[in-house]
Amino acid sequence: MSEIVKTEPFVMNIGPQHPSTHGVFRVKVTVDGEQITDAEMVIGYLHRSMEKLAEERTYTQNIPFTDRTDYLSSMSNNLGYCLAVEKLGGLSVPARGQAIRVIMAELQRLASHCMGAGAFANDTGAWQTPVMWFNRERERILDIFEMTSGARLTCNYMRIGGVAFELRSGFEEAVRNLLPRLQQTIADGQELLAENEIFIARARDVAVVSPETAIGASLTGPMLRGSGVAWDIRKADPYSGYEKYDFQIPIGYKGDAYDRFTVRLEEMRQSIKIVEQALDDLPGGPHSTEVPLAFRPPAGEAYARIESPRGELGYYLISDGGPSPFRFHIRPPSLINLSVLKEMTVGASVADAIIALGSVDIVVGEIDR
Amino acid sequence: MLSFLATDHWYDLRDLANLYRVVLEGLDHIFPTGLVYVLTALLGFIAFFVVFVLPSQLYVGVYGERRLIGRMQARQGPNRVGPLGLLQPVADAIKLLQKEALTPRSADRLIMWAAPVLFVAPAILIFAVIPFGPRMVFADIPVSLMYFLAISSLPVIASFMAGWSSNNKYSLFGAMRIVAMSISYEIPLVLGLLAVSVLSGTMSLQGMVYWQQDIPTWMILIQPIAFAVYFIGVSAELNRTPTDIAEAESEIVAGYLTEYSGMRWGLFYGMDIAYALGASAFAATIFFGGWSLFGLEQWVPPWLIFILKTYLFYFVFIWTRGTLPRLRIDQLMSFAWKFLLPIALINLLVVAVERLIWTSNDLPDAIVWAFGAVNIVLMVGIVFIWAKVFKYDPKKRPTKPRLVNEPGGYRPVDLEQGGPSL
Repeated sequence: MSEIVKTEPFVMNIGPQHPSTHGVFRVKVTVDGEQITDAEMVIGYLHRSMEKLAEERTYTQNIPFTDRTDYLSSMSNNLGYCLAVEKLGGLSVPARGQAIRVIMAELQRLASHCMGAGAFANDTGAWQTPVMWFNRERERILDIFEMTSGARLTCNYMRIGGVAFELRSGFEEAVRNLLPRLQQTIADGQELLAENEIFIARARDVAVVSPETAIGASLTGPMLRGSGVAWDIRKADPYSGYEKYDFQIPIGYKGDAYDRFTVRLEEMRQSIKIVEQALDDLPGGPHSTEVPLAFRPPAGEAYARIESPRGELGYYLISDGGPSPFRFHIRPPSLINLSVLKEMTVGASVADAIIALGSVDIVVGEIDR
Repeated sequence: MLSFLATDHWYDLRDLANLYRVVLEGLDHIFPTGLVYVLTALLGFIAFFVVFVLPSQLYVGVYGERRLIGRMQARQGPNRVGPLGLLQPVADAIKLLQKEALTPRSADRLIMWAAPVLFVAPAILIFAVIPFGPRMVFADIPVSLMYFLAISSLPVIASFMAGWSSNNKYSLFGAMRIVAMSISYEIPLVLGLLAVSVLSGTMSLQGMVYWQQDIPTWMILIQPIAFAVYFIGVSAELNRTPTDIAEAESEIVAGYLTEYSGMRWGLFYGMDIAYALGASAFAATIFFGGWSLFGLEQWVPPWLIFILKTYLFYFVFIWTRGTLPRLRIDQLMSFAWKFLLPIALINLLVVAVERLIWTSNDLPDAIVWAFGAVNIVLMVGIVFIWAKVFKYDPKKRPTKPRLVNEPGGYRPVDLEQGGPSL
């Protein structure tokens, strides 16, 4: 029988046009039946040459570029870039500016994790319901961004030395009204997904990343914390006044997709705590220091890193004393987190590969820049 | 048995067979003898399809489903075309008719063309044996249960043809999955329905309705295990969540339908709904008393009772679709073979013994209530024992991550020292 009927592996493209690749990302998988024997990642479909373009523009003009790398968390990207420029130029940010930055970065983390958790639920096959529930709350966060900065997705709100505008009147009330709703939605997500038998069967013990692999591949963010490694740059290397706030680092048990999902949900709860604290003692004073538009930092180099929703987001800048950076480099957490995709998918089934990809929570704009 | 139907007048809407008979008699005067029977059967069947199946597809399957899932997902659902969006399914159908039905150059053209046709035919044939009322059944054949099972496993062939002929790897995946799953779930499904048939002593769907009317009871109360097996098995056969692996959108794009477009795709989509309606109608007939409702069928038209039961059952399909994630294929397979098949066999054994006790001792009909109690206890017991065997304890599973205050390296999980069980 085996001589007559023979099977052979074949190559299948997942992406660049596929419902679950979260953008134009492609995985060339070799499958033997349902089992994946090889996986090759193909990136670059969204390359826009941002790092090179940034060398032609002034430091302030580069802020909108950072919006468009990780387009699901523009505030965090603004923050990371501005911190790098401030480090390069030796500038300080007033206390109010720092607190506003923290509020915005944490709201952005909430918005981004809403998207990440919802999209992951979609990958497990929960037909649109969780993603719509989470997106409903994300829309409300984006409303607050629109109220503050005038834009919903690409906010371009932070400036070198602070933030662009003072908060609008009614901002605090809007955020305080939003937070209980968000708590409720997180609790709903916990009940609908994290405690769902089918969801656990799908995500538990799938796409396991051991702590050794996670550290060895220099993973960061929920990918690393899901593997049980307690590492959060907000705690380990505080910036923008994070040392003043009381919050905890959620870490997983096994490093599987389920752990990453629950870590994201818990991070949302912690973010709500931080936003509440920051609102409670929002200092007065100016929101920004005066920085000339054609800012010329002294020659040198600086690397600033923040805990973006996806992990360690670093900006590395070299200045030659001119008005624009000599070298502008981004350390994108999505790209580095994605590097373990092959380890996660080889030997698994196609359905599990989708789960693995979803649990990384990639943004292709950041991978390709 | 039909004594509760008061009249034979054509305007007595409780039994549309009266109307049908009047039409038949009228036509008999016009046409030569014999031809009228063929013609009216055909006409009746088409009329029935146009009056029941098509509107149900459009307004329960398309509009109702989209509207209800919209509510579940915190959005409006279709509400632009016509009042309350009621014309949306019509607009969708017109749009699908206008679109080009593409055939890939490398596809097997003949099979790809034939697959939707083959998919549609059984969907219409299924309804021929469903009783809508005491006399409202197109083909009251004695083995209609077998007929139903045979017809309802035909579309799998059409799906496989569609997946194979498209010459697309996603389609091939979908085709492989649907065949594997259909074979696995057919067996517990048939065994579960066999238990129903053994207890009621008939294979006719109409006979089962009469059986439930006479006791009076509903089969779901007497045979809960058979119902559970039927519901899980049929949602796997129908590709509804949580078992929609054959067209799993997030994994294999659209499964065997990936290369279909225009009305060819529309036929698959519409007939999927028709199969789900057929399965709902079947469940309403066998497990929920069909057109009978504890004597109320004397006053309310039986066909209305039946249709409402069908829709209520269809609502459960919509509900699960809006709620549950999808299982993986190996999990589905092991669930069918390791859990559903044994439970269906145990149920069949118990029911056979019950039937033997009932008929050989000439016990009264009320004894089925005792059987029902035994079966419910059996079901709870089996679930309890399986939970024990697999050490299933949801309370001990951690659903929230650990929380630490200080950053550092890897924090091992202390499973020995009373840590959470994973």
